[in-house]
Order: sequence, then C-alpha cells, then structure tokens
Amino acid sequence: MSTTSGKAQRHSQFVGQDKPRRNAIRHAHGRGRFVDDIAFGNLAHLAFLRSPYAHAEILEIDTEAARALPGVVDVFTGPDLVDICTPWVGKLDHFSGLRTPEQYPLAMERARWNGEPVVAVVAESRAIAEDALDLIMVEWAELPAIIGIDNSRSTNGPILHPQYDSNVAFVMNLTAGDAKAAFRDAAYIVEDTLELGRQTGLTLEPRSIVADFDPSLRKLTAYHSTQTPYQMQDVFVRHFNLSEENVRVISPDVGGSFGMKLHVYGEEMAAVAASIRLGRPVKFIADRMESFLSDIHLREHKVHARMALNSGGEILAMEVDDATGIGPFSVYPRTSAMEGNQALRLMGAPYKMPHYDGTLTVLFQNKAPTCQYRAVGHPIGVTVTEHLVDLAAKAVGLNPFEIRRRNIVTQDMYPHTTATGYILERLSHEECLAKLEALMDYPKLIAEQKEMRERGIYRGIGIAAFIEITNPGPAFYGIGGARISSQDGCVIKLEPSGKIRVSVSVTEQGQGTETIMAQVAATYLGVDLDHVDVVTGDTERTPYGGATWASRGAGIGGATVMKAALAMKENILEIAGVILQGEADDFDLVDGQIVDRSNQQVRMSLAEIGRIAYFRPDTLPQDYHPQLSVSRHFVPQGTPFDFTNGVQASYLEVDVETGIVKLLNHWVVEDCGIILNQQLVDEQIRGGVVHGLGGVLFEECLYSENGQMMSATMADYLAPLASEMPDIQIDHVCTPTEMTPLGAKGVGEAGTAAAGAVVLNAVNDALRPLGGTLRTTPLTPERILKALGKI
Amino acid sequence: MDPLIPVSYTINGKSVQQQVSVRTTLTDMLRHQMGLTATHAGCEQGSCGACTVVVDGLMVRSCLIFAIQLDGARIETSEGFADDQLMDELRRNFADRNALQCGFCTGGMLVAAHDLLSRTPHPERAEIREKISGNFCRCTGYEAIVDAISKTAQALPLEDSGK
Ligand code: FES
Ligand code: FES
Repeated sequence: MSTTSGKAQRHSQFVGQDKPRRNAIRHAHGRGRFVDDIAFGNLAHLAFLRSPYAHAEILEIDTEAARALPGVVDVFTGPDLVDICTPWVGKLDHFSGLRTPEQYPLAMERARWNGEPVVAVVAESRAIAEDALDLIMVEWAELPAIIGIDNSRSTNGPILHPQYDSNVAFVMNLTAGDAKAAFRDAAYIVEDTLELGRQTGLTLEPRSIVADFDPSLRKLTAYHSTQTPYQMQDVFVRHFNLSEENVRVISPDVGGSFGMKLHVYGEEMAAVAASIRLGRPVKFIADRMESFLSDIHLREHKVHARMALNSGGEILAMEVDDATGIGPFSVYPRTSAMEGNQALRLMGAPYKMPHYDGTLTVLFQNKAPTCQYRAVGHPIGVTVTEHLVDLAAKAVGLNPFEIRRRNIVTQDMYPHTTATGYILERLSHEECLAKLEALMDYPKLIAEQKEMRERGIYRGIGIAAFIEITNPGPAFYGIGGARISSQDGCVIKLEPSGKIRVSVSVTEQGQGTETIMAQVAATYLGVDLDHVDVVTGDTERTPYGGATWASRGAGIGGATVMKAALAMKENILEIAGVILQGEADDFDLVDGQIVDRSNQQVRMSLAEIGRIAYFRPDTLPQDYHPQLSVSRHFVPQGTPFDFTNGVQASYLEVDVETGIVKLLNHWVVEDCGIILNQQLVDEQIRGGVVHGLGGVLFEECLYSENGQMMSATMADYLAPLASEMPDIQIDHVCTPTEMTPLGAKGVGEAGTAAAGAVVLNAVNDALRPLGGTLRTTPLTPERILKALGKI
Repeated sequence: MDPLIPVSYTINGKSVQQQVSVRTTLTDMLRHQMGLTATHAGCEQGSCGACTVVVDGLMVRSCLIFAIQLDGARIETSEGFADDQLMDELRRNFADRNALQCGFCTGGMLVAAHDLLSRTPHPERAEIREKISGNFCRCTGYEAIVDAISKTAQALPLEDSGK
C-alpha cells in the first residue's frame, strides 16, 4: 500500500490487526442469533395472500372460511388497518416533481404488482396460516399490466395510476457547459443504447420481524432484520401513533442486507399492526418466493448515451437519456428516484469531461418496486460510461489504458467538481490506473489474447474506472425532509474491571462494523483490542444515529467512536491524576496501563482505576466525581460526500459455441483513504465484486408480458456460486479524507460499482474479431449467441 | 391442527425423542423444536445449502426431508461435531480468514467443507470451489471461504483415507 499523506502513520496501531471478528467466531460455532432464531412465548405467525395478477381490481374478499379454521387467530385486509396505521408516501422535497400515491400495508382497492400483499392471516403456526390462505376467496377484475420500460413510457398505452396523466413518476435534467456545441465540434462521436436487467437483493436471510406489542403501556418492541433500527423506530412511531420512548427496535444478527433491508415494506408494517390488534408477539419471515416477489428490486434501466471526443481522444461531452422502471410506487422513505439520480450523476465522473446533458425519466410499472441497493446507481453510470469509452478508444485508435489516462481527472485538478456536480476532495485515478496496469501485466495479457485468438479461443480484457459515493453528509436525506439521521452517536463506558464497553449507532450486517469500532476505540483509548466490547443494533441500548448504509459505517461511525474514545481517555487520565496526585497531562494510557508520559513507566492498571473509582471513591478527594462513561456525537462536515475511486479489470474467455463466459481473473485497485482493517476492506471489495458479477452475468428478475414474475425461485434466478467466480486480486492506494478526523472513507460499493462494466467490456473485447457487441445485461449465453448471429 | 407422531433420533450424539407432524421438515424440527438454530432456512427449496446437515454419514439438505422420514437416524448439525479436530480447524480458519460476513450461510458451508475434506483431504482450489457450489453465499464472494478450506486442508496429515 502506498501513502500519499503522513496521516496513515498515525493510525498504524490498528492497521493490519487482522484479529478475527468476535461475531465471526460466534457464527463459526453456530451461535448466530437471527430474528427467526429467537424463541418467544405465545407467538403468532403471519402469512399473506398475495396478488396473483400484476394489475387487478379487488372486487370482493371473503375471509369467512379462513377465520373458521382452527388455529387461525386473525384475518385482515388493507381497509381493516386504516385506523391503526397511517399511509406513507415515498417522496423527498429535493426531488421536486416526484409523484407517487399513498401506500398502505396491504393493497386497498387495487393490486399493482404480482406478489403485492392483499390479505393477512395470523395463526398459531405458519403452516396453519398458509392453510388458511387457501380458504380465502378473492374476486378480481384483471387490468392491463404495464411491464416494459417502453410500454410504460408510451403515451397511448394504459396509465397505472388513474389520478396521473402518464406513467412518469419523476423527470430530472442535468446539464453543464454546452453539450450541443461539443457534439457539433467533435472529431469523434460514439453512441449506444444499453439495457440493464432488473435484479433483486437475495440476502440469504430473508426479511424477518417479530413485533411484540404490550397494550398496557402501548409499548412496541420489534425484533427486526434491518440496517436502520432508528429509522424504523421513527417509522413505527409516526405511522402507528406511538410514543417514541415506547418503541424499541432491536436488530440482532442480520443475515445480509446490502440496502435491501432499510426500506419500509407492507409486510413488516402489517406484522406490527397484527401485534397491536392482538396484543401478542407476531412473526413474519418471508419465504424465498415471497422474497423474490416483494423485496425491492433494482437497476432496471434503458439508457441511450452519446459521447463526443476531440481529435486527441479527449472526452468533451456526454448526452444521456436514462429511463428506469420502478414498479408501482416510489419506495418509502428514501424514494425510488435516488438510484436514477445517482446513475445520472456518476456518468463520466472519473473524467475531465466539461459538458454534459443528462435526462432521467422514472417510470411506473406493474412489477415489484425498485429502490436503493448496494452501489446505488453506480453500476449504471459506470457501465454506460465505460462502454462508451471503449467504443471511443476503438474510434480514436487508442488502447483502453491510454484513452483513460488522457481523460482521468489529474492530481493538479483537486478539488474538482464533475460536470454532473459532484465535488471531489482528492482522488487518485492516475496512481490507481498505473498500479492496475502493472498488477495485471497488461502487455503479457495482450500477447496471450492474440496467441489464443489464432487458436480460435476468444479471450477479452475489460477495464473500468469509477468513483464511489461514501460517507453521506447532512445534505443527503435530511434536506429532503426524511427523518433519517446523518449524525451518529457513541457511548463509552469504563467497566469496573478496566474493560471498555462501546455502544454505537452504526450497525453490523457482517461487514465487521463492530470489530472496526473496537479497533478505533482501542487505538484512541490505548487499551488492548480484546478488552473492548461493542454493542450495536438496539435503539434502547445505543445512542440515536444514522446506522449503516451508503458506506458510512467506518467513515462516520469510526469518527464518532474516535471522538468518544479520546474523551474517555481524557477522563481516565484525569482520574489517574487525582489518584496519583499529579496532573492528568503527566500520564498516558498505553496498553491498558497508566504510564508516566515522560518515561513510559507503568504506574497503575486501568483495572485499578476502575476498582478505586467504582468501589473506593471514599479514598478520593471530597466532592470529586469520576466520570466513568462519556457520550459523543459526530456530524459529517464539508462536502456532501467523501468520494473514493478505483479501477477494475477483468480477463475472461467466451466460448463462442455455447455463449458461456468463463471468468479467468479480476483485479481491483481501490482508494478508500485510511484502511482500518485490511482484511475486512478486501472482503468488502470481493463480496461487492461478486455482486456486480452476478448482475452482469446471471441475475435477472424476469416477468412475462402480463406481469407474472418468472424467476421467483433460486433455481430460476441465477446468482453466483463458488465454481463460477474467480479469485480477485486487490491492491490499494491511500488518499485519506480531510473531512473526518479519522481519514477513512467507505468501501462497500466499490466492488459492485465497476465489476459489471469490466465484464461487459471484456466480453465485447473478446467478441471484437467476430463482430458482435453485447448491450443488454445479464450477458446470458443466449444473448451472446444472438450477438454472434449464431441463433 | 396437525396430529403429532413420535419419532426418535440421535442428534449430535444424544438420543432424542420428538413429536412431529407429517409435514414438519427436518429443518423446522431442528430449529424450532430442538432450538438448534445453526441450521438455517435460506430457500426451503433445496437450492441454497444453508440447511445442510449430515444424516447417517451423508450430507443432506434438511429442508427437503420430512422429520418423520428419519426415525432412528443419526443426525449431525453444524452445532455438533464435538471433539472433531477437522471441524475445530475449519471453524478457526473460517473466523481467522473472515470466510463469513453475515454468517447465515456458515452453518451449511462448514458442514459442506467438513464433508469435502473428510472425503478429499487435499483438494485443489478448483475442486473446493466445485464442491461448495451447492452452498450459496451472498456476502463473501467465496474466495475467503476457499482460502479457509484450503488452509485447513494444508494442516491435515497427508492421507487420502476416505476417498
Ligand atoms: S434451505 Fe435447504 S437448500 Fe436452501
Ligand atoms: S456470509 Fe452472508 S451469506 Fe455467506
């Protein structure tokens, strides 16, 4: 790892401490504790009757037979909940013009996608609840379904929400400079239309909740597999008219989330409603088919884009027309406009490109709602840009490295604002690109590719530069009116034994948040890592905060813990000063021992401080009150985001007879600033890359023409397995951010951001001698053979 | 409500009596009746491997078997493998190498890894990838899992006994 600032040295105590995560040890011993693992007394189970149609009027629902089934406790429909739960609307003020109707936990008079929950049954067991579903009679009147993007955009087709004049939910234009003139004067223009397939989250643990309402105090405890317990506390408070101090959200182990588990879903709201109706705990665990039908989907985009270049191969401008289908509603509370918004703003972002003209059209359809998911918008922006850059390289006659080298934003340009308006503090494109070229040994690969081609073996090399949005600041959601906190809080407590307990508002879903927070606390306090325990994921036991999303955990949570640790250390040294009859400044805390600052002589242990402060304060001066816990909060400052950057490459082989792609190698060079734990950073990148590889090669939510979801099992929705995935080579550049005291940025999106783009570019590179170009993902064998003209 | 039928098994070395309905899967019996929650239900359709356990020495997907079919069987779940050196090593290497993130796939993955190394103590990387391809993991991208299994294999004494 190379370093562009001396700041890295300061943090060396916790860099490279590859101690195993405590929760990893727990899981490896079968001691995970997910929502469905927790035992409850008097538990009732929830199941849903879902719309078999993509679009239908609900004429009548007969639940009598279901109610009569022994073991059934309650049956309710949408209208039954209007007095308990107020509707929600997925709008934010800063997306002006975004329109979307009110949403209720269950469909009201119409169902608008195949799988939308319509009737809820609560029973003594899930099996009985499902039996009862079969006894419910619904009379439907099927309506025309709006499925494809063109179908939705068409001005003479059916309209999904009769109160609107079209299927357009939102339109955004983004311009900079004079794109028209740039295209007029261009030496080269390349253009193409790309279609990116709709995917879904597929966390292995499905969405899960146990809602436990105590009517005597109107107190709700929700055990909820969510990334954002504070946001959900607020949602439950407001929509069920509860008092904030009476709502507790606990997120135990969360079995993957990636953004899928931070949205408001009707089923979870119905579970809370059911518990309020019954005054007993109610569990909803989505089964796999329900997950496919009702978890948010993502990234269905059709993008027409053009790029203008001068004779020297410098990118002058891009014109982008991005249309995205979001299903029937904009999802609450973050909206379904955000993905397209970020896609539009990430176009051309690594490059100097001065002119831009982008339009985003967000469209309603009768499919499952789409919303933010890992690397929100990044794969779209990066895939479109990098596909055009490769087309341009071909047109200009430059190799893929050379064209990127000529266009990337260089060190002398920072701080830099992209044509799309993102403010970049300092990135390291040049260094990353140079590192990648060396790491993958590009000349050798080119030679190998050439030699293979002569033998009829088609290998391709793809590269892609990217920027990544991390550490979102207060101007992200709050400004749009969403009650989503951008600050985080941390409480640190000295235990009587001298051990440290940290409770913090960022949450853990397997990234290693708790370990990283422990490393930060241990470092800035001066104690052993094993002496720090971290508590997360419980609104009653931790301070209020934003939690974990948009790669904010390490950067913002880490800075929060750092502030608290420094304050706790100050308190400890003050106590030491009193006990040892010196000044706080005379002492330091090193490895859990109070030492003389002058000569590092050990004076007493932290355990001794704990013993005296808690149990023998009688030995301390009169009216001295040792402060044994502290709390600190941190609000991200400066630019709206801390961007990271990187570059990826793929080397692969296309079997031109079967259309099957074999991934041979994958490289990532990435710059996330200060690295708090290299192994965890690298595994975030690898996991993210494989998400991107799944999206570009396999994953697709397929719908029939009348809106039936056709890929609602894991046998039909193909996701990456070990045998298809390559080993992934990673290297780093380190440009710390000055925006936080810790200097760390996020890394959760980086892998996913460009993995799809490099594979698309590599497949097109492989097929170049044969003349086929792929423009639709996933790159299924069928699409590849079609592009080759073989079928 | 479903009638219950008595069955008995040996689970993780202990003999156990349970009452199960005809439609209770082995997964649900283990998780909800026995409280053995390391066996996870990721798909309940035989696709993800999160529910993998060992029945009479063979690796199976517990979501595809009814509990009532297994009267008299010896069942080993991910919590089991007591005094099993190979499983101890696998657990240690999984944690050290961060071969799990959320941990939801881990129970099944460890059982699959144990089965692989019991039969093929020194597999190639590609073979490891092949053999764990019945187990889906959404978080890790698999490389760390392959590394952890590979490291465990390297520490094993050189004998291909079970092949
Ligand atoms: S739960 Fe059994 S294979 Fe997925
Ligand atoms: S660690 Fe999350 S599914 Fe494997």
